[in-house]
Amino acid sequence: MICDADVVIIGGGGAGCSAALHLAQRGADVVLLERGLIGGQATGVNHGGVRQQGRHPAELPLAIKSRAIWGRMRELTGTDAEFDPCGHLKLARSEVEEAELLRWNQMAAQYGLRPRMIGRNAIRADHPYFGAQVVAGSLLEEDGSANPRLLAPALARTARAAGASLLEHHAVADIAHDGARFVITANGTSFRTPILLNCAGFWGGEIAKRFGEPVPVEPLHPNMLVTEPLPFFCQHNVGVVGGDVYLRQIARGNVIFGGGRGEGDASVPVTRPRPDAAFAAMTRAIALIPRLAEAMVIRSWTGIDGQMPDVLPVLGPSRTTKGLIHAFGFSGHGFMLGPGVGAVLAELVLDGKTDVKLEAFDIARFARQDAGDDVWKTRL
Amino acid sequence: MSASVVVVGGGPSGIRAVEQLVSAGLRPVWIEESADGGGRITQRPPAGFKRDARALYGADAGRARRLHGTLDALKSRCDWRPDTLVWNIRPRERVLHLLQGGGQQSELRYDALILCTGAMDRVVPMPGWTLPGVTTLGGAQVALKSQGVAIGAKPVLMGTGPLLWLTALQYAKAGAMPALVLDTTDTLTKLRHLGGLLGNLPTMLRGIGLNLGLRLRGVPMVEDATPIAIEGDGAVRSLRWRDGAWREHVTPCDAVAMGWGLKPEAQLADLAGVPFDFDATQHNWIVRRDAAGRAPVAGVYLAGDGAGIGGVEVAELSGTRAALALLADHALPVDAVMVRALDMKLAAEAQFRQALEQSFPYPAKLARRMPDATLLCRCEAITAGELRAAAAAEAPEINRAKAFSRVGMGRCQGRVCGPPAAEVLAAALGVEVQAVGRLRGQPPVKPIPVQQVPA
Amino acid sequence: MLTRLLDQDRVAIVLQVDGVGIEAKQGDTLLTAMLAAGLGYVRTSEFGDGGRAGFCWMGACQECWVVVTEQGLRRACSTLAEAGMEVVRR
Repeated sequence: MICDADVVIIGGGGAGCSAALHLAQRGADVVLLERGLIGGQATGVNHGGVRQQGRHPAELPLAIKSRAIWGRMRELTGTDAEFDPCGHLKLARSEVEEAELLRWNQMAAQYGLRPRMIGRNAIRADHPYFGAQVVAGSLLEEDGSANPRLLAPALARTARAAGASLLEHHAVADIAHDGARFVITANGTSFRTPILLNCAGFWGGEIAKRFGEPVPVEPLHPNMLVTEPLPFFCQHNVGVVGGDVYLRQIARGNVIFGGGRGEGDASVPVTRPRPDAAFAAMTRAIALIPRLAEAMVIRSWTGIDGQMPDVLPVLGPSRTTKGLIHAFGFSGHGFMLGPGVGAVLAELVLDGKTDVKLEAFDIARFARQDAGDDVWKTRL
Repeated sequence: MSASVVVVGGGPSGIRAVEQLVSAGLRPVWIEESADGGGRITQRPPAGFKRDARALYGADAGRARRLHGTLDALKSRCDWRPDTLVWNIRPRERVLHLLQGGGQQSELRYDALILCTGAMDRVVPMPGWTLPGVTTLGGAQVALKSQGVAIGAKPVLMGTGPLLWLTALQYAKAGAMPALVLDTTDTLTKLRHLGGLLGNLPTMLRGIGLNLGLRLRGVPMVEDATPIAIEGDGAVRSLRWRDGAWREHVTPCDAVAMGWGLKPEAQLADLAGVPFDFDATQHNWIVRRDAAGRAPVAGVYLAGDGAGIGGVEVAELSGTRAALALLADHALPVDAVMVRALDMKLAAEAQFRQALEQSFPYPAKLARRMPDATLLCRCEAITAGELRAAAAAEAPEINRAKAFSRVGMGRCQGRVCGPPAAEVLAAALGVEVQAVGRLRGQPPVKPIPVQQVPA
Repeated sequence: MLTRLLDQDRVAIVLQVDGVGIEAKQGDTLLTAMLAAGLGYVRTSEFGDGGRAGFCWMGACQECWVVVTEQGLRRACSTLAEAGMEVVRR
């Protein structure tokens, strides 16, 4: 049996589900194929940062577009996925890092973002729970956090209500292309479409390769931990320059933190957090917030994302195959972008253009030899 | 044999496993989370308590004495590590992550691993079950046995099965006369499987003896009854319940213990990658293993209640059997006659267990009908209603429902609420309980301090 | 309320809970000591539903974590009370 669709999306993460939603809302006949459960990997297992701060300038227009969607998430999906615009506070642990915060803030001003520097004395006064190593911070008040477990399912529910077919446990077995249309086989069914969106995270690399444009994507397993509930003390989502630890306290009291990498096997797929990474993150978290020394870790987890060498996603039309559009390789910071990426994909499909500049995300960039040092390369 | 062999758990199955390994000339590492081995049913009080084995263990006194004797003799013949929690396993690297009493972290490599991680009570959440004074039946028993205290002067004990009668009789004898022994199973269900129970006549007679003992002492007992709520404000005041004729009663009491059979503590097996199958009779997810205790994961063996509920006798037999399997797999000589005898006994015990589980079934419908406002997940204070809302939000299985609702995300990681949560979800979805799966384990299996203490 | 019944002929000790001295007996776990002294609960639920006083008594349910000064977090059911110990309920 062959099912015809206007658009087939591979991958039920935030980007894929958002694309399904935006496309279905504009009347497109959409099928989304997810190998496991909606939001089961990178979108569902990350830190839950909704953060523009600290991003590469090339990502900022996309992040700003996505942030606007986060602001109307409840209107869009009927739930806010626990989105809380609690501010993202990026900390400097040295003067060099403080200078880096200032440099980013000056750049971000060109994009209309207004982070606020908090100096040595103010950070002690306003955030007495930080350890002595913290010398300054930069707060972007409109940033925040959300519950990663809820985003993709919420987008998926709304997309379904808008008429999209989102099929779980539909791992893609084969993709054929006759020059005009794709025929994708998953779970014993074939889906025929002129437009294919590759939102397959780490597995997006396989699809790109299938169409003659291999990219150097590596699996990325963010190593995540959570403490027992603690008396509430920390309002902001907290990061550091360099990104070797990040943490946030949810309203219930638990401190969610991460740093380093877990391990896994994408072919199964199976992932596991790594104790050595956990210990390193625990040590860094205590240095940042000494009172965490008196808490317990109650769970840890990881999942699979795709990481590109320049830590920027692949987002935009294929250079080899008409009708194929890529959106993968978000390199550990795609959760926040997902809603915006879906909107961009819908625009590309239905309008043939988008207002977000995509040059930096071009899949052909890895073939070029001229890549110099990138002073904004995200260090996660 | 120079392989590194590790046994986790110092209960009856661990004791018998280590005994076999040591007598084959090995020196295994033996890890126990508590300060002492002995398990739960034969738990020893700390130093300073004076009751003898007869007073402590009743009919199990001989067994307890033998187990303790073997335990103490083995400690010096292996690398005995009490006060040590195994909180993670990395099966590909064959590494255990250990947390020692003071918070010291270390790693331990193994070539072969026998998991003897035991079991805990299976409970049904109900209004008021988080009140101080409410414990598991096992907890009530441990309190009396290892601390000489009763959970209350006038407790209600509820549940079904031999542990209900045993605990009630121990309490009555100790002077804490139960206000009520509430059994959710009706007489007919118990009688229907009498034939199967004849397979282990001594145990069956003991059960009947317990029941008679309770009657002789005039302990108030009801069968086919349904608990409705534990009432009180900051402490237990009464139990509201319904009898078989649907009449409501309120029994004043100052404590409640509950337990409906046991569930395996199999979190480490889960992290080791051992698959689980739903056992419809035990109404539990049970690790996959062969009759000798070999898991389908290289180097991993399973024994005791953690490998499927069987009770103390089976624990001992299966501990011995798993160790023999391990020895045979490492080309060490084992006594074939002994193996055959063990396999026969274990097969017979499995039949008895089947009848026992059928005679004292888990009251799944109680869990399924739990009122929306009931705190289902104690750790995270999540209600049954919140879980049902997750089901409505398209959670076809329990891990997804956990992701949506936070049921099972707390300190105990769903040890306590996992089985009843699965019932609530299955009922909400209109499917059989096995269709919603089981909560997957995540490291650490129990909380670990953020602060690491240097060794 | 927890009731001492058997085997209570043991050395009396005093420990501090939230800064108040309570009498216990050598061999008591912290859970036994605190409940037998009439403290009623050993920790407070973070979610506003009142005190908790353990549940399983065997280290499984994680309901009895308390802070012991200079030792850190301990499960009250599996930690023996010692003379002079300082316990803080969370």
